[in-house]
Amino acid sequence: MKIIAVCGMGIGTSVLLKMNIEKVLDLLDVTAEVQAADVASAKRDGHTADIIMTTPELMFHLEAMPGQIVPIDHVFDLTEIRQKLSSALGK
Amino acid sequence: MSALNLAFGSGSVLLNQKANSWQHAIELAGSGLINSGRVLPEYSQAMVAAVEELGPYMVIAPGIALAHARPSELVLENGLAVVTLSEGIAFGADRFDPVRIVFALAAKDHDSHIDVMAALSELLLDEESITILLSSSEESQVRSLFS
Repeated sequence: MKIIAVCGMGIGTSVLLKMNIEKVLDLLDVTAEVQAADVASAKRDGHTADIIMTTPELMFHLEAMPGQIVPIDHVFDLTEIRQKLSSALGK
Repeated sequence: MSALNLAFGSGSVLLNQKANSWQHAIELAGSGLINSGRVLPEYSQAMVAAVEELGPYMVIAPGIALAHARPSELVLENGLAVVTLSEGIAFGADRFDPVRIVFALAAKDHDSHIDVMAALSELLLDEESITILLSSSEESQVRSLFS
């Protein structure tokens, strides 16, 4: 299982999102590799990702990607992340 | 010293400021990074340009923005700055406007600031810390949140 957290530059929002995704994965007892990436490198290298999590503003950049795209409104809302990630994982 | 206290250099905590636009709010936060010697003066403009280019997704939580630009030669050292605003400013991020706390991040590369981001993440997950940050006019009070 590979998940990428995507933001515009790969150093701010996506890093925070990655950390909170990892917290939720622990709660769900799911093992996955989580990477933070900027939009350009996600498009270039992200074709092996099963799940792509990003903010709604950036979704349209990633529509052509093969992975499942999961928009996250609030990067610090662990309940939202948990709910959407569980659903994406079919749990 | 904690990762956060090191990341916020001298002159990087600006409290109870008044901004007249989102650009001005970002410039104020940028001045904290300039004061503390973490970036060159042009970095503030680069942060404003990033929001113009990519949209206000950097407003990451209700009332809180994390401004930054790409790693570049404008960054002298990794660091953070924060400005709290006495009156909220609209960033055009409907769901989370108005913004009253703007963090500015300087990162030299994609990896070396990760410890600081982990500490910042813990701070932002704690509602009580946010309340204290918003109501403080004393830097020492804010610094106690960083340790």
